[in-house]
Amino acid sequence: MNRGVRHLVFLFGGGLVAVLFVLGALGMPKFGSSNHPYRDRSVHAAAEHQTPNVVAAVNFDQRGFDTLGEESIFFASVIGAAALLRPSKEEREERQESGGGLRDVMASTRFAGYVLLPLTLLVGLDVVAHGHITPGGGFQGGVVLATGFHVLYVAGRYETLEKVRPVALFENGEVLGALGFAGLGFAGIAISGSFLSNMIPVGGWGSFLSAGTVEVLNFAVGIEVACGVIVLLSHFFEQAIRLRDRGQAQS
Amino acid sequence: MNYYPYFVAGWLLLIGSLGIVRSRNLVHGVVSLAVAQAGTYVLLLAVGYQRNAPAPVFGSTKKPSTNVVDPVVQALTLTDIVVSATVTALLLALAMQIAKRHGTVDPDELRALEG
Repeated sequence: MNRGVRHLVFLFGGGLVAVLFVLGALGMPKFGSSNHPYRDRSVHAAAEHQTPNVVAAVNFDQRGFDTLGEESIFFASVIGAAALLRPSKEEREERQESGGGLRDVMASTRFAGYVLLPLTLLVGLDVVAHGHITPGGGFQGGVVLATGFHVLYVAGRYETLEKVRPVALFENGEVLGALGFAGLGFAGIAISGSFLSNMIPVGGWGSFLSAGTVEVLNFAVGIEVACGVIVLLSHFFEQAIRLRDRGQAQS
Repeated sequence: MNYYPYFVAGWLLLIGSLGIVRSRNLVHGVVSLAVAQAGTYVLLLAVGYQRNAPAPVFGSTKKPSTNVVDPVVQALTLTDIVVSATVTALLLALAMQIAKRHGTVDPDELRALEG
């Protein structure tokens, strides 16, 4: 299909979507109105299970099964990207220093990196651990944790990052997180008869040990997301830094 | 103003799709897809918004009340973003492999299917 035909098809399809979208939007409740029936129900359900962060309650308690599905998409995407980014036959890994091995990094940048590494990891852990009582949770905290490690790449060299980041360990961590989530679901069946039911005592409002399974699931997701993002980035790093075509490697 | 955010969401969806249609570079196509997907975030958050209402996170001093923005659509947006980020990574990995195998990232130059 040449570009002209493609544009015509899009003009027709996109125009149709635009008309339908405007008609649909005009039939929606007005923006900013106070009529939110699902909000009323989910806030009520979250309060019953002692979960101050209602978004976390929705994600991990009220519709935990959907989150398992979304988590599986994440899992599958990481595996897919890892499979696609394997070194091909024509490429080989280059272990020795090649060209610009030591990058010029300012001392202040290096210092900031070493200060930020523990700080970022701590913030990530905090965001995961308090996901049920404050804004945050496993998804957000996991990304912060994964980012924390890569501060080392900005501050120093790829080799430093590789030392603190054994990829095999994080691959296992990702599987562990996914297994933990599903395992808690099956534990729910065993204890109270329904998948991912909140069968752990919910504790007191706003205390650290509260909200039942929400917090445990947050940790499972936090581990999986942190490990998954690290594995994903490691494969992109390999492509950009380590892999050379067999032919041009010798030069 | 009553419907404006919905139209922004629709606009993002269409302009992102147009970007994919007109794309001459696979990376550009992936970014266009991300723009189109951003439309869903705007739509979801606009659906749940309530004027002068705080976030749906309470505390020991702030007792639960239903006078907050809708947490259901916020949860949907959260998972939407996670999925979008990983799918973008997957597509970029695909683009890298295509660039290696075919030596081009222009979708128009990728004609033949290889089995």
